[in-house]
Amino acid sequence: MSVVEEVAATTGSAPLVDEEELARARRARIHRIAKWTLPSLVMVISILAWHLYVTLGEVPHYILPGPVRVASQMVEDWALLWPALLVTSRLTLLALAMAIIGGVALAVAFTQSKWAEMSFFPYAVILQVTPVIAIAPLLQIYVESAFVAALLCAWIVAFFPILSNTTIGLKSADHNLSDLFTIYGATRWQRLRYLAAPSALPFFLGGLKIAGGLALIGAVVAEFVIGRAGTGLGLASTLLEASYRFNFGRLYAALILISAMGVVIFALMSLISHLSLRKWHESAIRREG
Amino acid sequence: MGKPQLKVAERPPLLHMDHVEKTFAGDVVALRDMHLAVNEGDFISLLGPSGCGKSTALRLISGLLHPTAGRISWVGGQQGTDDLGVVFQEPTLMPWATVANNVFLPFRLQGKSYASVKDDILEALKLVGLEKFQNAYPRELSGGMKMRVSIARAMVTKPRLILMDEPFAALDEITRFKLNNDLLELKAKIGCTVIFVTHSVFESVFLSDRIVVMAARPGRVIRELTVDVPYPRHEEFRTSAEYAAYCREASEALQAAIGEHA
Repeated sequence: MSVVEEVAATTGSAPLVDEEELARARRARIHRIAKWTLPSLVMVISILAWHLYVTLGEVPHYILPGPVRVASQMVEDWALLWPALLVTSRLTLLALAMAIIGGVALAVAFTQSKWAEMSFFPYAVILQVTPVIAIAPLLQIYVESAFVAALLCAWIVAFFPILSNTTIGLKSADHNLSDLFTIYGATRWQRLRYLAAPSALPFFLGGLKIAGGLALIGAVVAEFVIGRAGTGLGLASTLLEASYRFNFGRLYAALILISAMGVVIFALMSLISHLSLRKWHESAIRREG
Repeated sequence: MGKPQLKVAERPPLLHMDHVEKTFAGDVVALRDMHLAVNEGDFISLLGPSGCGKSTALRLISGLLHPTAGRISWVGGQQGTDDLGVVFQEPTLMPWATVANNVFLPFRLQGKSYASVKDDILEALKLVGLEKFQNAYPRELSGGMKMRVSIARAMVTKPRLILMDEPFAALDEITRFKLNNDLLELKAKIGCTVIFVTHSVFESVFLSDRIVVMAARPGRVIRELTVDVPYPRHEEFRTSAEYAAYCREASEALQAAIGEHA
């Protein structure tokens, strides 16, 4: 129940009015409205300012296209942008899916065997700290398909947060609960399934949020490096090509789409996280009052 | 109510600790030469200052630790996974599982299906007065209610022995008294054996029929008292002269235990 209703209900039945509570309810209401209206307002003003700057300052469109031009270019080039968007989405989502499978599998292996963790964790770190942009040209040489090479690039970037978060999560089970499992003679599988996995879930979902964004960054970097060979990949390749042709309208259109993809991925991951944790985890529980 | 009560000396034995020693790394003697004969139906309190090895003794009995020397033997064979119930100082519930699923845990780890033990779970929850909360999550419960769930989980398998490691230490006094009363009622109903670790003289006298007073550095038993007051014990017992006398006796034993090193 919202604070406003609560206060309304109590003030309705009782003659006592708590000024502090009323003020708090007012603040909460304003806060809720402002959360949506303020960013929308900022966006409208920015676009307007952009438009005015371009038209009044007579800025040539090959330096900075106005919002109207970008919008019309987006419509005009839709037949080109839409397939590119699909390619980049597929690349990002596949990389993310592989990062989840690989990251979780490795994390489970690491927590099941100390030897495996000692042997391989340093290499996971090395893979992570080596800038992907430096690995991409190599992948392009060794991997036949440009798509697969790009996929590998995006995967390398995305999998580490899932691996490291899930590994910490799997180890974070309550010690007393762990003792209880021992006393009740739990098998390794039972311990993983009923104790370690649920304990790791919030950590994993935190990693997933980061990995979603990183998968997109990995995909964009890969397209920049690998798509340059004229293989014509997704949105990022389109953006790069548009910049070579000084087609800034298309460049901005592609940029807006990439950024929108990032927002959608983040929103999706946040939604998944919220739905999985809302019943029990502190992070997903709204405090009343 | 429940089974007829036998005098301590008449009860059949359940578990023996003989010359049990536990030394941790760095030569810390946590427990020295502990003897304890646990009988069926006993309510034993291990009472002592921190560092006296009372929790270590509990962990040894539960099998989480193994004695450095000496032996712990169960009458009628090795301890199985359904011989024990444990309650820790924290409720130690799984936050992601409902109350019913938390109580289901011991059965789940035995490989039983929920349907096959549903009645046992409901009965245990009814005994602790939480049958209405079976679908609630732990975060929705108060500290005392969480502890009740923890107790329901410990006794749902009808274990031969329930170990409790300062279960009420973190609760407020009103809740604590209430849970003390309820625990005795429960014990009478299901007739189990309890070993209860505490550092509260009052709690140990109210609850137990045997009090094992322990001292620290090194952890060891220094005295055993019998509280020869029949159950059921109610609130009136807390204000009786008898209770006061036992409390004084236990206090003096505890003072001696602390005093040796103070």
